[in-house]
Amino acid sequence: MSTKVEKDQVSGTDTTGHEWDGIKELNTPLPSWWVYVFWITVIWSVGYWVVYPSWPTANDYLKGMFGTTNRTELHETMASVAAERAPYMERLAALDVSEIANDSELLNFSMAGGKAVFADNCAPCHGTGGSGNPGFPSLQDDAWLWGGTLDAINQTLHVGVRWDANEDTRFNDMPAFGRDELLERDQIDDVVQYVLSFTDRATDAAAADRGAVVFEENCASCHGDDAKGIQDLGAPNLTDAIWLYGGSKETITETVMNSRRGVMPAWEGRLDEETIKMLTVYVHSLGGGQ
Amino acid sequence: MAMSTLQQPDIEPKNVPHIVDEGDYDEVPLYKKRDKVYPKRVSGRFRNLKWFALIALLGIYWVVPWLRWDRGPSAPDQAVLIDMDLGRAYFFFIEIWPQEVYYITGILIMAAVGLFLATSLFGRIWCGYACPQTVWTDLFMLVERYIQGDRNARVRLDKSKWTLEKIWKISATHLAWIVISMATGGAFVLYFHDAPTVMVDIFTANATFGTYVTIAFLTGSTYLLAGWAREQVCTYMCPWPRFQSAMLDDESMIVTYESWRGETRGPIKRKNLMRGEVPETGHCIDCHACVNVCPTGIDIRDGLQMECIGCGLCIDACNEMMDKVGFPRDLVRFDSVQNSQLRAQGKATRVRIIRPRTIIYAVLLVLVASVMMFGLANRSVLELNVLRDRNPLFVALSDGDVRNGYTLKVLNKEQSEKTYVLSLEGIDATDFQIIGLTPNQDGTYDLDVAPDRVGSFRVFVAADPQTLDGKSTPFEFTVTDKETGNTETYDTVFAGPENDR
Repeated sequence: MSTKVEKDQVSGTDTTGHEWDGIKELNTPLPSWWVYVFWITVIWSVGYWVVYPSWPTANDYLKGMFGTTNRTELHETMASVAAERAPYMERLAALDVSEIANDSELLNFSMAGGKAVFADNCAPCHGTGGSGNPGFPSLQDDAWLWGGTLDAINQTLHVGVRWDANEDTRFNDMPAFGRDELLERDQIDDVVQYVLSFTDRATDAAAADRGAVVFEENCASCHGDDAKGIQDLGAPNLTDAIWLYGGSKETITETVMNSRRGVMPAWEGRLDEETIKMLTVYVHSLGGGQ
Repeated sequence: MAMSTLQQPDIEPKNVPHIVDEGDYDEVPLYKKRDKVYPKRVSGRFRNLKWFALIALLGIYWVVPWLRWDRGPSAPDQAVLIDMDLGRAYFFFIEIWPQEVYYITGILIMAAVGLFLATSLFGRIWCGYACPQTVWTDLFMLVERYIQGDRNARVRLDKSKWTLEKIWKISATHLAWIVISMATGGAFVLYFHDAPTVMVDIFTANATFGTYVTIAFLTGSTYLLAGWAREQVCTYMCPWPRFQSAMLDDESMIVTYESWRGETRGPIKRKNLMRGEVPETGHCIDCHACVNVCPTGIDIRDGLQMECIGCGLCIDACNEMMDKVGFPRDLVRFDSVQNSQLRAQGKATRVRIIRPRTIIYAVLLVLVASVMMFGLANRSVLELNVLRDRNPLFVALSDGDVRNGYTLKVLNKEQSEKTYVLSLEGIDATDFQIIGLTPNQDGTYDLDVAPDRVGSFRVFVAADPQTLDGKSTPFEFTVTDKETGNTETYDTVFAGPENDR
């Protein structure tokens, strides 16, 4: 390297000797404050390695002085949230759902908490707002298969529907009248015409009349003589405008032929009691609660 | 350092430029070190005005948080308060909620236009008299002058060796500055909480972390800006000097040097004057009194400059000297450029306040102020907001009716608990219910809202699709104050299935 140092004519500063396309690099020293800050950050980073988890070792990593990890920070944050919620949770634990719904403070707390729990656990089937999907009941309307009171909702949440792992589970079983050859095909067509006649949709009045007999013998025991359903059995009302699987002639025929068997998990044991209570109050508040 | 052998830098002696003449670029330094300004004490009309502004403005700043105002049970009894926790701003009889932040916009517009108007009339009086940077710097200079003495003493002190006297004088000055800075930062936080409470909290170490950080930050910035940066804030940091000249015209009142009268400047001999000789030089005796008192360290005789904050202290200084030598006053004066030229030509001067630009600014100011006053006078103490459920748009019920869900937000801006009656207009509802409430006899609902709070209600409305207009039926919610009859309505729609009707 050359020892001769060229001076820039304009600024009077030494150049480094580097030149690109006639442009020469000045050897301007950094401001001293800048250099000090740089060295302070270097020292700071060494301290950082010591205090916080840093270098990986063969099977492990350096833990740092205070064992700080994001995981413990998360646990601390969650613990502080839980501590804030604790007084509410205690009150939730002590009261039953109808008492909770009557306490405006707890009602708001449960609706907010229940909304989050609903989004995590229920929304995949029932939709984000509880508006339902084909085969998964809307929780916003006023039709309730197993009852829409706070207690009934609470019970359904606990035990689930056709959830084999829970011995108290909500259970009913509609026979597959076609597949299991319990009824002839024309009997099924007749009874479907009869069901359609409840809402004035039958296309064959004679078939509907014949279907009435079939209905009385095979369906009325669960759905009631007036076809308005029996909630204790989870049998839906067939005379209203709400159809879980669809109310067209084809889907009703399909239902009678092969039956339907929707399943909901029991949340007992998966969610704690207080959370189920919050969820109950939230679902009840969605608009369809009785 | 490893250097590439392929590309040896071309620094053979023959290519080294000619020997640099050090003198050439000494004239144009790339960076100029700050020349410390030592403003001299001065007295006179403008200085008195400045003292008055200093006392008044600092008084306002430190006293206002302690003014009390009855705010009922929902807020601290403080006349001027910005309550961050609750999201309310109080200014005497005015209360602003977060959604009314447009009042702040109005105040900012008025402040800007007011500044333009004042500048077009009187030059930079804001900078010279009212700007916090000026006011606090003035206060710091007062302290500095009190402890270290006037200009000459301070220059001497700075040049002298570190004696015990210098040490205590300098440290006493900085200590006093820091105390003032802490009082400045401390007073600021009082605007955001109940002043007496937070004052006790600060001294008993019970205030929030944010409070201490704010105080620390403002203490630091006050000390740095008023103690060290001073005129550099106006010259380098503040944007206002860069474009304030756009507000000025020839008739704006500014600090001017009457060069026609002052030049050629030069010293004057008293005995010549006594003999009644007419001096060959102008009235400027080149005493530098105007330069020595200038807080931004400029020479006003060089004409109007960006650094000039229009404080007029040079006028006081010059008048003092003119009185001494027996020349007429106001060689440096507060007047328009036009008048200065008219005087030079021996013509009559005039002051014209009403000019196109002042009219425009004044009209704008009155306009914005009127809009603000109208808004304030008609400010509603009751507000209703309705959020319609969109997931789903509507729910089909078992009897064939459809139902819509709404969240109602009722804003009670009064200091007492209110009961509002909620009713529906314009829809034939088959069902109307609110979660957690029971309806009145006539199907309406009573909504209780705490003072100065927002009440939130889940509302369900059902209707027969045959009675609807189709996909979207407009109707309105109405809330009525039970005591005063004050009413608010909110237009919304009821969504339903498309029908063939």
